[in-house]
Amino acid sequence: MRLPRLLQAALVLVGVYLGFIVVFDYMLEAVIPGSLLTMYMFFVTVGVFMVFTYDEERTRELVAPIKAMVENPIYRGARNTVFIVIPLLVGYGVYSRTLPSFEAPVELRTIHPAPPSTAKIYGERVNLLTLENPFRHYQTDDPEIFAEYVQEGAAVYIENCQYCHGDKLDGKGPYAEGLNPTPLNFQDIGTIAQLQESYLYWRIATGGPGLPKEAAPWISSMPVWQEFLTEEEIWKVILFLYDYTGHAPRSWGEAHDAGGH
Amino acid sequence: MRKTLSFGFLASLVALVVCVLAGTGPALAQEAAGFGPAPVLTAADYPTVAGVNGRLVIWIVAQLHLWFAAFVLAVPIFVFIIEAIGMRTRDKRYDDMAYEFIKVSITAYSITAILGGLLLFSLILFYPHLFGYLSTIFSKSMFYYALLFFGESAVLYLYYYGWHWLQGDLRKWIHLSLGLLLNAIGTTLMLLANAWLTFMMSPAGVDPAGVFNGNEWEAIHNFLWNPINIHRFVANIAYGGSIVGAYAAFKFLTARTSQEKAHYDWMGYNANFIAICALLPLPFAGYYLAAEIYAYSQQMGITLMGGIFAWLFIIQAVLIGALFLSANYYLWCGMGRSDGARRYYWAIKYIAIVLIGAFLVWFTPHTLVLTNSELKSLGGPHHSILGPLGIMPAKNTAVNLMIIFTFLSFLIYRRSNKVATVSWEGMGNTLQVALFTAGILNILFLGIYHGYFTNTVYKVAASIPQVLTTFVVIVVSLVLDSFIYRGARDVGPLHWGRIPDRAQYALFLLAVAFTWLMGLMGYIRSGIRQHWHVVDIMRDNSPNAFTPTLGYAANVVSVAAVIFLTLVIFVFWIAKVSSVKTLPAGYWKE
Ligand code: HEC
Repeated sequence: MRLPRLLQAALVLVGVYLGFIVVFDYMLEAVIPGSLLTMYMFFVTVGVFMVFTYDEERTRELVAPIKAMVENPIYRGARNTVFIVIPLLVGYGVYSRTLPSFEAPVELRTIHPAPPSTAKIYGERVNLLTLENPFRHYQTDDPEIFAEYVQEGAAVYIENCQYCHGDKLDGKGPYAEGLNPTPLNFQDIGTIAQLQESYLYWRIATGGPGLPKEAAPWISSMPVWQEFLTEEEIWKVILFLYDYTGHAPRSWGEAHDAGGH
Repeated sequence: MRKTLSFGFLASLVALVVCVLAGTGPALAQEAAGFGPAPVLTAADYPTVAGVNGRLVIWIVAQLHLWFAAFVLAVPIFVFIIEAIGMRTRDKRYDDMAYEFIKVSITAYSITAILGGLLLFSLILFYPHLFGYLSTIFSKSMFYYALLFFGESAVLYLYYYGWHWLQGDLRKWIHLSLGLLLNAIGTTLMLLANAWLTFMMSPAGVDPAGVFNGNEWEAIHNFLWNPINIHRFVANIAYGGSIVGAYAAFKFLTARTSQEKAHYDWMGYNANFIAICALLPLPFAGYYLAAEIYAYSQQMGITLMGGIFAWLFIIQAVLIGALFLSANYYLWCGMGRSDGARRYYWAIKYIAIVLIGAFLVWFTPHTLVLTNSELKSLGGPHHSILGPLGIMPAKNTAVNLMIIFTFLSFLIYRRSNKVATVSWEGMGNTLQVALFTAGILNILFLGIYHGYFTNTVYKVAASIPQVLTTFVVIVVSLVLDSFIYRGARDVGPLHWGRIPDRAQYALFLLAVAFTWLMGLMGYIRSGIRQHWHVVDIMRDNSPNAFTPTLGYAANVVSVAAVIFLTLVIFVFWIAKVSSVKTLPAGYWKE
């Protein structure tokens, strides 16, 4: 026997919902954020609606049980129950959403705020738009020297950064658990792999306090490294970050060299 | 209609006079003295007029002007094409449809002009120094702009009012040429206006202090001019299509007779077709623009895509998805016009699954909104599965799939009323399946491999072969289908008008989503200048020079969108009223 279409639609929706929960929360062990799940389910519902209603006959079949329930006197009991239960559910939803809780408010945090076009680093104004890593060219010019610099960068990293960013550069250093926002994971495709070296230089040199005003709220624990490291050490640690993770800094192909000021 | 005509002329006259007075006047004075640096302003340099917020006024008026202008520039483009199709096929229905489209746009044209005048006045009133500075640099182009506006009005009125007069062999050709001229002028107007606004984002022809070197072409041809030109040109067509689609839907829903219903159903179908054709390449034009903004200035790029505006991009993604979904839904509903559609109904389910799946990836944000308990359970703001879906390679892959499957909807729509008669139909279909499979696999491979296992140069580069794959699939498949269906038999006549009302609401949704989308993205485009009038050259020191919260910005755009849509409904209504006659019995003396 074929299931009534309304039931089919409902089953698809419940199935997809449970599917998300099972796959993310249990199989992959990475919970799916509630805000995102709501958005996902909204559009899945839209999709189900589209598939079930593009044709008159199907639409009629879909709404037939609803029509029958509202119009047919036989189903009076069911109708009255539905008409009471649904408003109550909506009411409960509104109530639980507006109920004050002890949970700290959700913060929208932008991982990468826009850098200023110039920044004061080591007492000098540098132009971040044109700044380049002075050691990068050795990668092709003299790979041996380059490897040495990467090694020196690694030493800087182990001495200073791994407590927070982790010895595997995965953001899971011993202090990481205690910090919010957490130190960034450099292995992840969404962090340094998306950025130019000048951006990293700015972030490392000026740390949490150097973050731009418009990107508040900023409570980052990232130290201001220009007070502890030399300029060369910062450039070398940047070499190391990319070398170890296998990412390459963001750059633009030849075609884009015409850009900029 | 006579009223609106004089309004249009009046507005352009006013625009011209104001331009000459405010624009070129100081420019001439400047020229004698040589060009000075960009003015350095203080809060006192921004007049308050009647206690209103100048920024808000400019924001809303500019946005309204742009919406109308986009519509008014787009309609003649496809009216020209439809008229040409009518001339070729000698099918008068096309000519009538083209005329009806231009009729809708004629009232909109005067509103555009009025809003343009209003925008100009507001700029001069609220931002006199900015306007003064820009007009010293763009003195010539502003002057020609005003003159061209006259040309545009004259040609448009000739084109519209001369429609029935210029019929028949040679006259029809003259009329079509007028259409071409109209488009040429309209596009030039847009290009000039684009130059002024892209100059504010990526100034050229000036030194770091803002001193103009006197070469206006250099200032016009600045770094972001062409990316914006391309994006706007394509988007305008899609937008115009969606608005006339809404017009057809409005007329369909209010139609009394089945003939009328059939006519407006057909019109709605054509409008939707135009909108989809322009919608398919649009994501790439947008991507190109964003990449160029990034290339011009990493700072603007990050503000745009990674910084404070990133959240509006999520709304943008959702709205673009809504555009794709409603366009597809309209096609599926429209298949019911044919008695042969049933053969393809099975495929719709799968198209929908891919579309929705790709759509979910398309709008998954890079930075997630997490509650504290989710944050704890994930061990940080980073999500190992969803994080990688938040960056460009995933989005590009998703949008290419959405485009291919939208095209597939279109393909089965075209097939639904046809029965192939060639002997190799089976083989042809196998080829089609192979083509789509290969294309989809290639897009997935490019997206996953280049997107996640190589560096950013390739990441950007991988998007190009992806687009090419999509393009090849579409073109080859169209060619193949035209061979398979050569000499094909029709299942039966198409039942125009046999379409559920729901489909008309999909057309409305298309227009509304487009409007809102343009408003939000327009705000972002302008907002990434942040506290600059002209980036890095002329600072905005008005009290309003801050980046408002997203909620506030979204509200302003929404209010503007509501005003616009109200005006559009007025335009539709006027088009309807103009053909209504009341017989006042006994009113006039015999
Ligand atoms: C006290 C802990 C701590 C230490 C030590 C630390 N960081 Fe960080 N770092 C953070 C936190 C937290 C963030 C993320 C929040 C933010 O963006 O400010 C961060 C962010 C960064 C970023 C920005 C990445 C991006 O994608 O935007 C870079 C680069 C970085 N750290 C490099 C370093 C380097 C190099 C060192 C060692 C010289 C270091 N950090 C040491 C806490 C730390």
